[in-house]
Amino acid sequence: MLKFDNVSKRYAETGDVLKNVSFHLRQGEIAFLTGHSGAGKSTVLKLIALMERSTRGDIVLDGQKLSSVKERHVPYIRRKMGFIFQDYKLLQDRTVFDNVALPLIIAGYGHHEISRRVRAALDKVGLLGKEKKFPLGLSGGEQQRVGIARAVVNKPPMIIADEPTGNLDPELSTEIMLLFEQFQKVGVTILIASHDISLIQRMNHRVLRLDHGQLVVS
Amino acid sequence: MKQIDKYPHKAKVVKPDVRQTQKAGGNFSDRFKAYRDQHAQALFSSLGRLFSTPFTSTMTIGVLAIAISLASGFYLVVVNLQQLTAGLEASNQISLFLRDEISEAHANKYAEAIRKNPNVRDVKLITKQQAMAEFKGFSGFGDAIDVLEKNPLPIVIQVLPKDALVDKQGLTKLFEDFKQSTEVDFAQMDLAWVVRLQSIVSTARLGAILLSLLLGLAVFFIAGNTIRLEIHNRREEVIIAKLVGATNSFIQRPFLYTGFWIGFLSGVAAWFIVTFMMLILRQSVENISGLYEGAFHLLFFSYRETLILLITSTLLAVVGSWLVLHIQVKQLQPE
Repeated sequence: MLKFDNVSKRYAETGDVLKNVSFHLRQGEIAFLTGHSGAGKSTVLKLIALMERSTRGDIVLDGQKLSSVKERHVPYIRRKMGFIFQDYKLLQDRTVFDNVALPLIIAGYGHHEISRRVRAALDKVGLLGKEKKFPLGLSGGEQQRVGIARAVVNKPPMIIADEPTGNLDPELSTEIMLLFEQFQKVGVTILIASHDISLIQRMNHRVLRLDHGQLVVS
Repeated sequence: MKQIDKYPHKAKVVKPDVRQTQKAGGNFSDRFKAYRDQHAQALFSSLGRLFSTPFTSTMTIGVLAIAISLASGFYLVVVNLQQLTAGLEASNQISLFLRDEISEAHANKYAEAIRKNPNVRDVKLITKQQAMAEFKGFSGFGDAIDVLEKNPLPIVIQVLPKDALVDKQGLTKLFEDFKQSTEVDFAQMDLAWVVRLQSIVSTARLGAILLSLLLGLAVFFIAGNTIRLEIHNRREEVIIAKLVGATNSFIQRPFLYTGFWIGFLSGVAAWFIVTFMMLILRQSVENISGLYEGAFHLLFFSYRETLILLITSTLLAVVGSWLVLHIQVKQLQPE
């Protein structure tokens, strides 16, 4: 599903941030991406999200080489991934329904299809009935679940989560992780960047550890 | 759908699987409906957004409306002036001011003699009394004139030459003939000041065009800058939309509609501003027109001009917004 093949990333100012990183996530696999801050976690995520391009090496997502993707095709690649953020990145002036519907509106789904899918996604994360609320009226855990519903509503084959439990207490974090495991069961590949060691140890999934831009455990 | 290989000599590259992800559920008609809905949604939500910030919107639209009304108002003034000279274009009238000692009977006889001239179409005699009555009515010197013992105004004969005599030489010859007559104190050809007036009007027209270009440019820049601020205020939204796979054109759409509304509403406001000012001017213009025997009536915007005004202001704002969007949306990238 996701393959890094000797990927390096060099910035003019800071030099190499990733050095020959190689790993392969199979479909339906969950992996934690971990490491100290500055180890290159966010660079890996940026490369996958096509916010950055690798200096060397190939990244293949769902059979497609990301280095050869033209700028105008980037949006279509991003639709294959659901992104989840530490700060949720919800639109505060839109209702829960509108936030979750955004990827479907962008992809050009019809009215009824949007309504059906948004409800299904909200049902999955346990927020059915809160469609009309605004994000600020929800707790942190609920807001993150809105973010997750938005990430999965388009049924992408891959989920990328950047410190999804960073702002949540251990109990809520475990809930979120259990949600991820449910998506895993239907074949979704999930990469979670996190430095929550205790959570990682509790969950018992594959761990990719970066150290100074190099993959030390995979 | 079959993929066409554009470069048969090159090794086959794996093209991004755009089609699969572009196609959202349903058949063509469903997708078309969704596309139409997106436009309708952007159209009305951008209008709603303008109304939700009434203070800012009023200021922006106000500035644009003033710029547009300056340009279109000046245009309308020129159109009115043109109407003035257009009516005079055909008039190559000659006014003969007779000597003071010429009696009214003599003047009448002289007028009849002129009428027989094959080059003359019509002759009109204005007696001293008629001239005085007209002068009293419009000059505002009525009381002062009453003090005068003697009517100082001369008898005037207005000569309208034949239409055939439009060439300057024939006209000048006729004019010179009148000038030589013993009865005539002073002869004046109206054509000279018509030509002068026409050249003034055409200068004003050129001025109006230049002013319109400048103010059009102002509309373009103001609209662009408004949209730039709007993007800045909504950068979070733009970035989130990009992250969940929005294309640039999807992101630009609501902003473009905002530009559309700003331009359109400014055009409407400018129309009202100019029309209102013309209504204020109307009374005094009609008074002046009375002096010219009512030949002149104030012209307002015609349907066609109204349409052009609205389309131009809308188009300027949309193009200004589009240019800014084209640059800014590309630059805004998620971090």
